[in-house]
Amino acid sequence: MIDEKAVTDFIYREAELLDTMQWQSWLDLFHPEGRYWMPLEWQQQDPVLQPSLMYEDLLLLKVRVERLAGERTFSQKPKSRCHHLLQAPQIVACDTAAGVFKARTSYIYTETRGDMLERYSGWASHDFVQVGDALKIKLKRVDLINFDAPFGNIQLFM
Amino acid sequence: MSRYAGNARSIAALVREAEVHRDVYVDPEIFGLEMEHLFPNSWVYVGHASQLAKPGDFITATIGRQPVLASRHSDGSIHIFYNRCPHKGVKIASEPCGNTGKFFRCPYHAWSFKTDGSLLAIPLKKGYEGTGFADTEANEGLSRIKNVVIYRGFIFARLNETGVSFEDYFGQSLSTIDNMVDRSPEGRLEVVAAPIRYLHTCNWKMLVENQTDTCHPMVAHESSAGTAVKVWKREQGDSTETPMAVQLYGPFMSPYEFYEQSGIRIWPNGHGHTGVANSIHSNYADVGGYLDQMIAAYGERRAHEILGEVRHNTVYFPNVMVKGAVQILRNFIPIAVDKTLVESWVYRLVGAPDKLYERALMYNRFINAPTSIVGHDDLEMYERAQEGLKSNGNQWVNLRRLYARDEQPDVTAVINGTSERQMRNQFHTWAKFMTMDMDKHVEAAE
Repeated sequence: MIDEKAVTDFIYREAELLDTMQWQSWLDLFHPEGRYWMPLEWQQQDPVLQPSLMYEDLLLLKVRVERLAGERTFSQKPKSRCHHLLQAPQIVACDTAAGVFKARTSYIYTETRGDMLERYSGWASHDFVQVGDALKIKLKRVDLINFDAPFGNIQLFM
Repeated sequence: MSRYAGNARSIAALVREAEVHRDVYVDPEIFGLEMEHLFPNSWVYVGHASQLAKPGDFITATIGRQPVLASRHSDGSIHIFYNRCPHKGVKIASEPCGNTGKFFRCPYHAWSFKTDGSLLAIPLKKGYEGTGFADTEANEGLSRIKNVVIYRGFIFARLNETGVSFEDYFGQSLSTIDNMVDRSPEGRLEVVAAPIRYLHTCNWKMLVENQTDTCHPMVAHESSAGTAVKVWKREQGDSTETPMAVQLYGPFMSPYEFYEQSGIRIWPNGHGHTGVANSIHSNYADVGGYLDQMIAAYGERRAHEILGEVRHNTVYFPNVMVKGAVQILRNFIPIAVDKTLVESWVYRLVGAPDKLYERALMYNRFINAPTSIVGHDDLEMYERAQEGLKSNGNQWVNLRRLYARDEQPDVTAVINGTSERQMRNQFHTWAKFMTMDMDKHVEAAE
């Protein structure tokens, strides 16, 4: 039985995995058909025929994770670190019978590398699917408040 | 202390036959002179006519660092102005695009202007009677940029009133724009979304040079494209179809021999392109129905000719790169000597299948976004160069690869694809356009 607390705990656990750079465990949270999406428009509807910052399946997320550890990944020398400061997730849907679990979480995200430190604010929207007793990420959508501003490198995951 | 201002000789001396002095990348005075001379002497990309579809539509842009405003007038003509009110200098438009209706209205004191820039009205106009206002520049309305050319929808402007004509400036290099537009069965492109914007803490010219640098992908992008190829090989299982994403990443890892034979074509005035015989864009999967549309529109022979021309990166001097095969234009907008805003636009091929637009958008976010792993590889190199060039040990950047002693500037030629000649071509043009309106100052000083 998946309740609202299970949804909330999942989101806190995900942030912890990212902040402690347990990339493989983070990937394990995704459903095989899961997607990570960073829109480039306000209330964007279409990830395919509208431009996005990221819209990646598990294969591409694996590429990113593997790249982070690469011997010749010079943009990770020195390595980046990140920190998620989350507001309590808002449960949008938690319906075991229908298999629909959705939450929206306001956050401040910090990514740092060497002497640089950048802060981002926005909302993460999680869309889960139940597999056995566990939740898996069907879609993680990351909306930045200033999606239309020019950023420098964002190398980790919000 | 000013070392370069008004001194054409000292600027020309920064460019040797196959080396350039580091000051072209790191010296703030040189950057200032680029804004004062190089950009105003050049034809600079402002935007695309499809962004100004209806009367009253406007876009804002910069030419060098000059804020400009382009608008569609009621008679269908397109005009470009300096984006400031003639009254107190307030920017007339501050959004990237919009529709202003029948006139622009300054938000400060409500001076208003027709969409051709002429002065429409000033509140309490009689306060200007007998003041001589009628004889001032302000009475003429928004300052107009006179030299504007729209070539197949692409809007270019030259700030300086005199200089090289559009036709002489671009010459045959316009064939890349032609090919990109011809890839639409209707011969039309359109902008339907904002660009991806990416801030680079490096000099704008490093980005331009990198567009025809074919000896870096297999090295600098081993981390991104190389990993993508490796992960796909491991994960593909019995899948026979290569995903679009892997089709886009994979060719970056092509060996030196591939780039050598694919060739580079150079043109006068600093323009040039990689991928003459073929390119990293040559082997993408066919998109169902597209070829038939093209044949219906152009005939069998011409359709194959258009689609068989698969150029890689075309540099339009000074600061634009066009990829016809995936309908992308990258605008390297100078902000400071060590700060560049890159705006990467995708054009939709009007009348072509959505799949092509999907692929172009995917390419753009894989390569040109602040979240792009290929972009991370490149930016790291530019930032390290921006830092490393502060070194006094050797103050010259080496561009000597495949240099021939009898090499002539300002010619059209097809050469080995790993040559650094296009970079030499750019710097020859750089020195020319930096100093072409400077000579009289030098003579005056002598």
